[in-house]
Amino acid sequence: MALPRPFAGQDAPLRSRGHLGADMIVLAGVAVIFWLLIQLSHGITEPFDQVLAPSTVSTDPANLPYYAARSLLRMFAALAVSTLFAFVYATAAARLRRAEKVLLPTLDVLQSVPVLGFLSITLSVWLLLFPGTALGVECAAVFAIFTSQVWNMTFAFYQSLITQPRDLDEAARVLRLTKWQRFWKLDVPGGTIPLVWNGMMSFGGGWFFLIASEVISVNNRVYALPGIGSYVAAASQNKQIGRLLLAIAVMIVLVIGVNFVFWRPLTAWAERFRSGDTVTVEQQRSIVLDLLRRSVIPAIITRALRPVAACLERATRPLGRADRPLRINHARRRAGDIAFTVIVCGLIAFGLVRMLAYLGEHTGLDQFAVAAGLGLVTFARVLVLLILGTLIWVPVGVWIGLSPKVTRFAQPIVQVLASFPANFLFPFVTLLLIQTGISLNIGGILLMALGAQWYILFNVIAGAAAIPNDLREAAINLRLNRVQTWRYLYGPAIFASWVTGGITAAGGAWNASIVAEVVSYGDQTLTATGLGAYIAGSTADGDFARTLVGVTVMSIFVVGLNRLFWRRLYGYAERRLSLT
Amino acid sequence: MARPTASAPARTALIEAEHVSKSFPSADGPVLHVLDDVSVTLHEGEVVALLGKSGSGKSTLLRTLAGLIAPSDGEVRYRGMPLDGANPGAAMVFQSFALMPWLTVQDNVELGLRAAGVPEKQRRERALDAIDQIGLDGFETAYPRELSGGMRQRVGFARALVLQPDVLLMDEPFSALDVLTSENLRGELISLWAQPDFPTKCICIVTHDIEEAVLLADRVLVLGSGPGHIKAEVPILLPRPRDRRSPTFDQAVDRLYAILTGRDERSDAERAATPGPLTHPLPDASVGGLAGLIEIVYSHGGQADLPDLADELSFHVDDLLPLVDAARMLRLLEVEGAQAFLTDVGRDWYTADILRSKEVFATLAVEHAPLVATIIKALHNSDGGALRDDFFRDLLHRGFSAEDTEKQLDIAIAWGRYGELFDYDANTGELVLSEVAAALTALLMDGDTGVGS
Repeated sequence: MALPRPFAGQDAPLRSRGHLGADMIVLAGVAVIFWLLIQLSHGITEPFDQVLAPSTVSTDPANLPYYAARSLLRMFAALAVSTLFAFVYATAAARLRRAEKVLLPTLDVLQSVPVLGFLSITLSVWLLLFPGTALGVECAAVFAIFTSQVWNMTFAFYQSLITQPRDLDEAARVLRLTKWQRFWKLDVPGGTIPLVWNGMMSFGGGWFFLIASEVISVNNRVYALPGIGSYVAAASQNKQIGRLLLAIAVMIVLVIGVNFVFWRPLTAWAERFRSGDTVTVEQQRSIVLDLLRRSVIPAIITRALRPVAACLERATRPLGRADRPLRINHARRRAGDIAFTVIVCGLIAFGLVRMLAYLGEHTGLDQFAVAAGLGLVTFARVLVLLILGTLIWVPVGVWIGLSPKVTRFAQPIVQVLASFPANFLFPFVTLLLIQTGISLNIGGILLMALGAQWYILFNVIAGAAAIPNDLREAAINLRLNRVQTWRYLYGPAIFASWVTGGITAAGGAWNASIVAEVVSYGDQTLTATGLGAYIAGSTADGDFARTLVGVTVMSIFVVGLNRLFWRRLYGYAERRLSLT
Repeated sequence: MARPTASAPARTALIEAEHVSKSFPSADGPVLHVLDDVSVTLHEGEVVALLGKSGSGKSTLLRTLAGLIAPSDGEVRYRGMPLDGANPGAAMVFQSFALMPWLTVQDNVELGLRAAGVPEKQRRERALDAIDQIGLDGFETAYPRELSGGMRQRVGFARALVLQPDVLLMDEPFSALDVLTSENLRGELISLWAQPDFPTKCICIVTHDIEEAVLLADRVLVLGSGPGHIKAEVPILLPRPRDRRSPTFDQAVDRLYAILTGRDERSDAERAATPGPLTHPLPDASVGGLAGLIEIVYSHGGQADLPDLADELSFHVDDLLPLVDAARMLRLLEVEGAQAFLTDVGRDWYTADILRSKEVFATLAVEHAPLVATIIKALHNSDGGALRDDFFRDLLHRGFSAEDTEKQLDIAIAWGRYGELFDYDANTGELVLSEVAAALTALLMDGDTGVGS
């Protein structure tokens, strides 16, 4: 933690001796980032022809750095848009009484919907919006990543808004802050920590979708964007194992690199927004952040931006103060509520009727039954995955979590594993399945588990690490044997964390089923029976109606299970097994 | 009087609350009355204290004066203008300080000026002045978490005073601080107020500390609860600076004590014909705490002066009063003015062995604690002597907020468990009648301690 800088006013840049090294590095870093952005933007605005668009990319290793940079740019573009969206959506949901009634359930459902299924649907929209440049396909890819990250972040920000301490809210109102000031002085700082941490988790998950979205097949056409994901797809198609391994190495470097230069400093910096007296035992540290803090360049930039901020503050003054009117016309409010409800319900009913009519015309409503049947098959896979994942990773996670030494060592590795896109490994597993002749119906479980299982491990480690030492000492003192210790201490103590991990793992597995139930290596394609394969197949055929049916049914499965199963477990854990 | 204006005949009214009532809609239907027909006027040149036990709605009243909460009925005006939003002439100091943890002391103090659109240079100067005045210089770039509670509240004061508000509203500003720090800060507030060029014209402080009220206020409004109303208005005419040791000071404290603990004609509890769980909520007291109180009174020879007792234990009234109320409800103590007397039952309870004392407590709880009696009665009338806690929750919801309902239920369960009247299984949420209670119910059925219907 940097000491509070003395109140220095104008002379801060003059005290820069000794920080020169830091300044040079920061400046060089900024310059490199700008240069990279310019280089990359050339590729994006290149002319583009829908018919001639490449369906594959070159697997020449020399292209790999450029591809990796393009992929990275997509990730950060999506992150930026997600953050912006989270600000707007969450604020609207938290501050507008009527909007909340619609926005919140929507958010709740979209959080658990398989976004991969939507890819093809959105692509045609983006192609229409940006005809003639690669920007359309680029946007579709960014959009795919965006949809995978944004709900989590939005929900986190919304949560922070509605759980804002009451006294801070009152202080903001009594001080008569404008809406703009309140947003930047209270809402955003208060939500920074959850936003950053959720952003980091979602970013890790986003890699998975990046890989899946760089080669989009729709209407029997395949579009490939230059990127590390399309590189893997091409290498897999060409059976180039060496290049696949190379891509994996680059990917690992990317994950660790982004963590080092971006997330680590960001999470360490976000600590300043922690409210209350709670000083975390383990201070987040970051070399990059220390470097930035030692340099005066951030201070200079801040100073340069201050007039802009002041200008915005003035310009947004007409938006009014962040206060609620005390006098409310109840009759008018009620009339408005009724009108609003009628309109919303009407629109939903109308949309539903039209959708069913469309589906009935194009595929027949019996497809819902087909999809539901296939959904049960995929559900069985998810279930097996969860059980196996629990049996394997809960003991391992508890072992790691109980030993601070092992935790320190293992936590970063697990973090990398969790954000490493599992679909990079798919070609190898596919190859293995082809060689051994094991059906994808069983192998699919392994493919789905490659990405999903880490969430269980990750959360169990955190849960085990949080078991108070005195409880462990008490267990030893009472001479509980191994079984008793698990029954009365470890089990109850990590249950809530396991549930959290389980929800995430199950959601991830459902999503992964769309890419895991149809896989190919070289010219051989394996297909499993399941809802994921159903969605993937209908997307490739350009059968929009069946895609819609598949995605809808999968959403119902995920949301239904969350409601009926996971939430109850979580509620039980909160009520009965809370350590506090 | 520190300020000559205070005694002037025609004093300017700054904030007027007229016939203000406030009720909150609770989850399922019935409303919760927090304030009932309260009228308050804050004049130029006076310090007003709102004194009351917890649950008397004093904080709610302060927030309606600040324009943070809309009254359900009645009107609040600032200089004659009805409020529709945060009061433009008031600044507020919070019990919890309410500083933005991510802003430095300087930025926190500047925040209100920023909102008012004061240009940067002027903003900085005024903030530095305020920081100086309140004794925070050197801490401008510190973050709140680096400061002690006392220093944080200084920032809270600086943030409010830099706006030069007409009225300074304070919500128990010293109650989160230790005794010495709060005494020190109180003293500084008094000396600020005594300065002739102090821009703030009126201070209104919410407190549950009687001595604090007497120390600071020109006028004390005592609030009664259930629902909150003004029970008494007591002018404090002591000359400043005030001396805690003077007999007149003690007199004022004793008087307020008597009012605070005394009978209350206007509360629902006194008006109700038969005490029930809704009109007579259980005071928030643990059996252990009760035993401690009785032990002390016993060791004082069965009679104790409550303000002295609170002082002796360095308790706030808020901590002591629920215990006293519970002891009175169970007839362990009798209170006259500010004096508490141990009753025969109380002596019996305290001196008996553990089994006998549990028996005594069980009898007293069934006879005099309405909610415990209701639970026992309902359990007795149910098949098998068992009922889900949700049953009682629904009952309590008619008169309490969700939070208070849980509190009431918790207290009743704790009392009942101690008296071995019933058992409670937290897993199933089931209350089961015990054998002791079965015998006691006969006694209950004769008496007429009914459900508050």
